[in-house]
Order: sequence, then C-alpha cells, then structure tokens
Amino acid sequence: MFRRPRRMSDFSAEVQSHIEMETDRLQAEGMDASAARAQAIREFGNRAASEERFFESSPASVVEGVARDLRYGSRVLRKSPAFTLVAVLSLALGIGANTAIFQLVDAVRLRMLPVKNPDQLVQVRLSSMNKVRGSRIGRNTLTYPIWNEIRDRQQALSGIFAWSSSAYDLATAGEPRFIQGLVVSGGFFSSLGLEPKLGRLLQEADDTPGCGFPGAVISYAFWQREYGGQPGAVGSKLNLNRHPVEIIGVTSPGFFGMEVGRSFDVAVPVCTQGALYGRDLKSLGTIWWMTVMGRLKPGWTLPRASSYFQSLSPSVFQISLPANYPPVSMKDYLALQLVAEPAGQGVSDLREVYSEPLYLLLAIAGMVLLIACANLANLMLARASTREREITVRLAIGASRGRLVRQLMVETLLISTAGASLGLVAAQVLSRLLVSLLSTQGNMVFVNLDRDWRIFAFAGALAVLTAVLFGLAPALRSTRTGSGDVLKTGDRGTTASREGFGLRRLLVVVQVALSLVLVVGALLFSGTLNNLLSAETGFRQEGVLIARVAFGALGLPKERIGGFRQDLLERLRAIPGVAAAGDTDNVPISGNSTSNAFWMEGQLQSQARECMRSNIGPGYFDALQIPLLAGRFIDPRDTQTSSRVAVVNEAFARELMGGANPVGKHLWVEATPSEPATSYEIVGMVRNTKYIELREHFPPIVYQAQSQNPIAEPADAFLIRSSLPMDALTPAVRAALTGAAPGIRYKFQLFETSIRDTLVQERLMASLSSAFGILAGVLAAIGLYGVMAYLVTRRRNEIGIRMALGAGRREIVGMVLRESAILLGSGLVAGAVLSRFATASVASLLFGLKATDLRSLLGAAGLLALVAFAASYVPARRAANLDPNTALRQE
Amino acid sequence: MSTRDEKERIALLQGTLDLLILRTLVFGPEHGLGIARAIQRQSDDVLLVDHGSLYPALQRLEGQGWIKAKWGVSDNNRRARFYELTRSGRLQLTHETGQWRKMVAAIGRVLEPGEMEG
Repeated sequence: MFRRPRRMSDFSAEVQSHIEMETDRLQAEGMDASAARAQAIREFGNRAASEERFFESSPASVVEGVARDLRYGSRVLRKSPAFTLVAVLSLALGIGANTAIFQLVDAVRLRMLPVKNPDQLVQVRLSSMNKVRGSRIGRNTLTYPIWNEIRDRQQALSGIFAWSSSAYDLATAGEPRFIQGLVVSGGFFSSLGLEPKLGRLLQEADDTPGCGFPGAVISYAFWQREYGGQPGAVGSKLNLNRHPVEIIGVTSPGFFGMEVGRSFDVAVPVCTQGALYGRDLKSLGTIWWMTVMGRLKPGWTLPRASSYFQSLSPSVFQISLPANYPPVSMKDYLALQLVAEPAGQGVSDLREVYSEPLYLLLAIAGMVLLIACANLANLMLARASTREREITVRLAIGASRGRLVRQLMVETLLISTAGASLGLVAAQVLSRLLVSLLSTQGNMVFVNLDRDWRIFAFAGALAVLTAVLFGLAPALRSTRTGSGDVLKTGDRGTTASREGFGLRRLLVVVQVALSLVLVVGALLFSGTLNNLLSAETGFRQEGVLIARVAFGALGLPKERIGGFRQDLLERLRAIPGVAAAGDTDNVPISGNSTSNAFWMEGQLQSQARECMRSNIGPGYFDALQIPLLAGRFIDPRDTQTSSRVAVVNEAFARELMGGANPVGKHLWVEATPSEPATSYEIVGMVRNTKYIELREHFPPIVYQAQSQNPIAEPADAFLIRSSLPMDALTPAVRAALTGAAPGIRYKFQLFETSIRDTLVQERLMASLSSAFGILAGVLAAIGLYGVMAYLVTRRRNEIGIRMALGAGRREIVGMVLRESAILLGSGLVAGAVLSRFATASVASLLFGLKATDLRSLLGAAGLLALVAFAASYVPARRAANLDPNTALRQE
Repeated sequence: MSTRDEKERIALLQGTLDLLILRTLVFGPEHGLGIARAIQRQSDDVLLVDHGSLYPALQRLEGQGWIKAKWGVSDNNRRARFYELTRSGRLQLTHETGQWRKMVAAIGRVLEPGEMEG
C-alpha cells in the first residue's frame, strides 16, 4: 500500500487548530483572549519537539525516508546558499579536474579500440627491436618482406592484416597541407569487422600488386570536415601527394583508426604505397614500417599463439633476409623472434610517453581533492556546531542517532552529487584543454573523449568517496553530543567541541602536509622545465628558421639532386638579411636520429662504438653557430668524386681517441644497407652539441658531407639564420624556393619552437603541477584561516581576561600566531616526510635536480609559511582588537 | 492542606496512549483535542495526556492503518482533523485490550504477595 506521506504543513495546521480550540474553551471558561491563548500554547508544550516527533514517527519505508531526507536536506541547503555554493563549487572543481585527467587515462590506457571484438586482436611483432638495422618507422613495426612471409605461413590467426600510418599532402603546390593517412592491407577493414557509413570499404581485391590508385576510404570525421557530410564526396577525387585518388567510401563515425592519440583521415591500399610516396618500401628488407595484427582463431590462446610465432621465426627470417643487410648484423637478423601481444587497445606512442605522467597527475589532482574535502569537513564541523542545538533537541526527544546520521549524510551526498554532476560538465572542458596542451604544431593529438561508463562510474565513486570523507566524521561527531549539555549553555554551543576542535586542527595539519607535497612537486617540475629550457645545447637556436623541403615530385635524376640542393642554398643565402644557411638530413632535437658503429683506423671493428651521425652541407655550422675547434668545416670542395671526409665533435675525440686531436686521422663506418664499410678522413672538430633530446649528455657525433651521401634523398632541411622578423623572412624564403622550382614542397618551423615542442610533457607537468600546487596552498590557507578564526571566537573570553590582566595587543597577536605556527609546523614536518616518499616516484621525470632537492623543499615550506602567516594574521588582528569589556560580558 | 485540585495525576505509561486513543474513538470520530479531553474526563482527570505526544501517537496509529483521518469542522466552527477507527483498528483494540487485561492481572499477581508480607 503506497500512500503519500503526510506533509509537515498539514501536521502544523492540525496543531494550530488544536491550540485555537483550546483557546476557545479557556475563553469560554472566562479567561481573556490573550491569556487563554498563552495558556493553550503553554499546555501544548514544545511545538517544535512535537513536529520533530511527527517527523521521526511518520510511517516511512527506507525509500520514503530517504526521499524525505532529500527534501529536508535540500531545504536546509537552500537556507544556507553561501555554504552550499562554496561546497558544490569546490567539489565541482576538484571532481572535474580528477575526472578530466581520468578521461585521458581512460582514453589512453583503458579503452578498447572501437572495432568488433577487440579482445581477440593480437599484434605480431619482434620480441625486441634493439638489434634491427635500417630505418624504423613507428614502434614495433616489421618490414614488408617479413609481413609477406608471416601472412603466407601462419596458422594461428584468422583475418591477418597490416597497416602503416603516414602523412599525406592535400596541397597541389607550395606549402603542404598534411592529413593523417593509413596504408592498409586488403584485409584490414573486413578483419576489424567495420562497416561503411557510405560507399564501400577497401577489400582484398583492391590490394593487388601494381594496382596504381584503386581508391581511398575516408574517415567520418574527415568527411564531415572536408565535405560537410555531403554524399557526393564518394566518387569524387582527392589529391594525395598530388595524385588524384577516387574516394570509394566513408567509415562509420566511431572508428578513428588503430592508434590512440592520432586519428586517421584517409586510408589507401598498401599496393598504392610506392606510387604515393615516390619510393616503394615494399621490396625493402631494411625499412621497418608495417604493423601486423590479426584475430586469434577459435581455440587459440595468446600464449599458444606467441610460442607458435616464436617457432615460426627461424624460417620467416631465413627467407626474408635482405641481400643488402649489413654482414655484421646478419646473425642478429636471423635470431630475431616474433611474438604475439594483445592489441585490443591499439598501438600508441602517447600511451608510452604519458602513462606515467597521467597517473601522476591523477594522484596530484586526487590530493587536491583531499585537501578540498578537508576544507569541507571543516565547514561541516563549523556548521555542526551551529546546528548542535537542533541536533541535541532531536536526539533528546527520541530521534535515533542512525536516523540523524542518515539525514546528515543525505545532505552531504546532495552536495557531493551536485558537485560531481557539475564536475562532469567541467571535465568535458578541462579534458579538451588537456589534450590541446599535448598537441603541437607538428603533432595534432586526437583522443577519443566520448564519455563511457567508466567516466560516470569514476565521477560517481568520487561523489560517494568525498561525501564519506567530508561528511561522515562531522555527522558522527555532531550526533554524539551528550544530550542536555548544549541546551544548558549559552548561544555558543561549545560542548564536546574540544574534541571536534581537535579534529579540525588535525584536518589543517593534513592539509598543510599534502599541500607541501604538491608545492614541492610543482617546484621540482617547473625547475625541470626551466633547466631544460636553459640547458646548454651547444648551438644557438634563436633566430633560425627551418625550411623542410621535399623535391621528389620534381623527378630529378639522382646525379642532379646534389646540384639542385646547392642551388637552393645559394638562393637562400642571397636573401638580404640572411646571415647563414646550411642543410642537414637531421635537425637536432627533432626526435629523429641516425646512428651507426664507428671505429678508428688501426682499431679492430669489435672496438667500434655507436655514434650519432648527420649528413650536412656547407653552412650548417655557421647557421647554428657551432664553433670550429680544429681543422675545417665541410665545404663545397667535398663532392661525390673527392675523398670521403667527416667532421667530429669533442665527445667523439674524447671517447674514441682518448681526447687526442682527431684532425687528419681516419675513421671507419660500419656497413649500412646502402653503403659498405667505408673509411673517412676527419677534417675538423667542432664543439659538442645535443642531438636527440635536451636531457641527454653530449653524445659523440660524426658529421658527413651531404654531397657524398650515397642515398641521394630528394628531401632536406634548410636551416636559415637571419635577423629579419619571421613574417618578413618566410615570404622571401618561399619566393626563393619556388623560384628554384615551382613544384617544390616545403614546410616552415622556427628552430626554437621545434625544440620547445619536444618539451610538451615537461611543460604539461610543470604547468599542471603548479596550478594544482597553488590551488592546494590556497585551500590549505583557507582551512587554516577557518580554524584560527574559530579559535579566536571560541577563546574570546580567555582573550578578554588576558587583556584585562594587562596583555598587550602584541601578546595577543603572538598567542594566535603561535597557535597557527604549531599547526603549520606539524603540517610541514609531516609533509616533508611524505614528500620524501612521494617524490621518489617522479625521479625519472626530473632534469637537473634530484627528487630530494633541498632547495625545492625549503622553498615550498617557505611559500606555505608565508601564506599561512597571511591567513592567520587576520584572525590574530581581530583577536587583538577585541574590547576586553564586551569580550568578558558576552557569555 | 490538601485540595481536590492537587490530586495526583499520572503520566501515561509508554504504549498505553495508543490503546486509550483507540478506545476513545469507539464512540465515533473525534479530533485530537477532543480525544485528549475524553481521556482526561473518563479517567476522572487522573490521566494526563501530554499534548505534545498526542499528535505523534495519532500519526503513528494512522500509519499503522488503525485509524484514518480527514479534515472537518468542530462544534464551535473550527477546522479540525477528525480521526476515525478503521476495521483493523477495531480488531487491534480488541487484541490490545485483551493483552492489557492479561498484563494487569499478571502484574497484580506479582505485586499481591509482596503487599501481604508488608
């Protein structure tokens, strides 16, 4: 039987009618109206208590009871809008920040690919890529000949497929407009179980050797962006690297590709690759670029498949061994091992780089939420002491403690649920902001931020957790008040609050401790970023423009490429305001690297050392202002026909020659797929520079002449040093390049920007940890302020007495500040201990300082002490300004 | 110096108020104040009904389904909430009256010997 519970107002009306009738009766007995009324009210007794008992005794199921608690709770909260607003907003911020970071963790770490049965997907890859020779493009990739062998031999997987990602240029001339492309084997879409949104997807029949350009499949997002979702897009032509390709279909909206962190725009069959890139990688056994995946056949487990591929390895590598593989490395090639790994989550560089930072940020945001919860708990305790009378009355007239705790917890849950709901909205904005922080000019990060059940579960769990954290202790504490005591005391319900006050102090100590950890972290990460930004690179990156130029489309014969490059350099140098220009196949600190084994003439090859190498042209050292220490630079005299020369850096001389002057000596380069072992004369030595990244020690580097490079690559990076402002320089450079050949493709980037862009992760950690650190410090200060203000109010009497006995304002201020110093000090000590443990886990992310960096710890403690002093000075002043007379009279 | 007014009034035992309310309502619908007065009158002013407890008790009984209530008009034209015994309320009254008698008899048996000794 369900009945609407009776309303309190109805009950009140009944009580009112009772009193009126009683008044009538008393008046009838001869009392005058007002006396009769007074007596009726007196006889009725405590109306509020009666209402309370009505409330307690109303028949109610748990559901009805909670519903009533909800109504009562929301009324209580509406009555104190300031408290509610502060509580909800601070939770929304805290839960929002946590959820935003969790959304990234979810997208990068937890989510499965949006394909059919992703848990069946496995990747076939090498157990280790450490010993492979040649060019590696992408993580855990294989060569095309290896993929061929695997596809034809393997029995473990159904629907095996391979793919590779690369950028395609949409522009028909001039500056490129890159989109994300995939080359896929014929079985790609069918094996993944994908359906077209429009048209059809690529099939096995599309992927036949020498297919030319059978067509391209575009992603739903690309279709929306470039074609506004027009169905006419299918059948139209798309310009990919200046080849018109017909669009044959659009994928369904959910599918963003196989890589987490990057979305695909266009997919073409792998048979198109040679025509599209201008260089066919399919016959090459030294280019590692294909990712191979498949579905486990029924009855196959991952371990079984993995050991199966291991047993298959010897024959695969025996057959696929490239003829030009460097002889010294053949044994390593034949010993390579294939394994199967789960691939349901796709592949991701982002995952490799950001897993640790993201979990760390989640921990940091979690601590901020804890600090915010401590503040709310403090607020709740303060509220509890003002509601002490209400609660005591209710306890006195028979409300059970459980009943009251339930009602207080419902209030708390209302706050935290509102906070979490708002937080979910805020997270949508914050997570997008986070992703945009990860993106750079050259690397647009795409992460699927659609909310799945995990996000809602996470926010829901946070709502419950925070409610327990900031609501349960105050609720239990405030309902424990011995009944009666409070009713007897004055308006300042102080009973049992000594205990309650102890809890509040403890909360502040915890807040200070946690915020110290966060501020130390913030200082460590900003210090790291600063150290990296000011790290000695060995060259001057300011004022250098990089023009990455590709001229493969010009179809120059191999022997004319060197001359064309020389022509370009001269045109660039002729621009007024250009101080120097040089070219290289490897811009430092760009993430790319080439290395090889080198040994000195007279040494054994077994003594060879792995060194970095760059092919450079004349002007390179001038453009980067790398000083010459001995001998000469590479110059125009070094040509294809002259003897092979090299320039080395100091680190090379130190590590391979014990620091002797290298000029005039000969070094040997181990055989590569394109060149047998060759001897080079060292003609110069230059200052040390960084090569791959800012964090490294100066590595040994060998510079070889671009003009003597046996691979005449139709691409190069030109480094142009100029005092011109960039918006004046780029048009001039553009004019010079198109003047040399109208069909040339180029891309500009500032060298400084290119280096800064390698610090995305460090910048993210520095800025977010600083933001959270500041937030933590402010929250802790608010907590401290609250407790000190409360302390001053509570000790008004004592302060009055002290003043009456002759204590001056300074003594009073000192007294209050001492109290806060004790809290601060305990917090800092606890925080220092805590941060020792906490920072140990971030050591690998730091640069130029240790996790135990004393200056960061002291700096953080100093900052917090300053904030804490400011926060407690206000209440201290208020205490000192008390008038002893009023303070004492007010009982 | 004792007057009639000072005769001892007894606060109701826990649980007995419900029984008395049900009993009072046997004579027809009545509002809260009327119930309180009836109990007082019928007990020769010995039993004092705490008005503050009366309404929660009525609420409890209503919740059990033993009485039902609706708003009406009192003798002197005041709006009042009138309570009425339900079928299950009558059964409950019979049951509780029986229980009460048994308890009184039992308590009596316990108390009698002690009085003999004293």
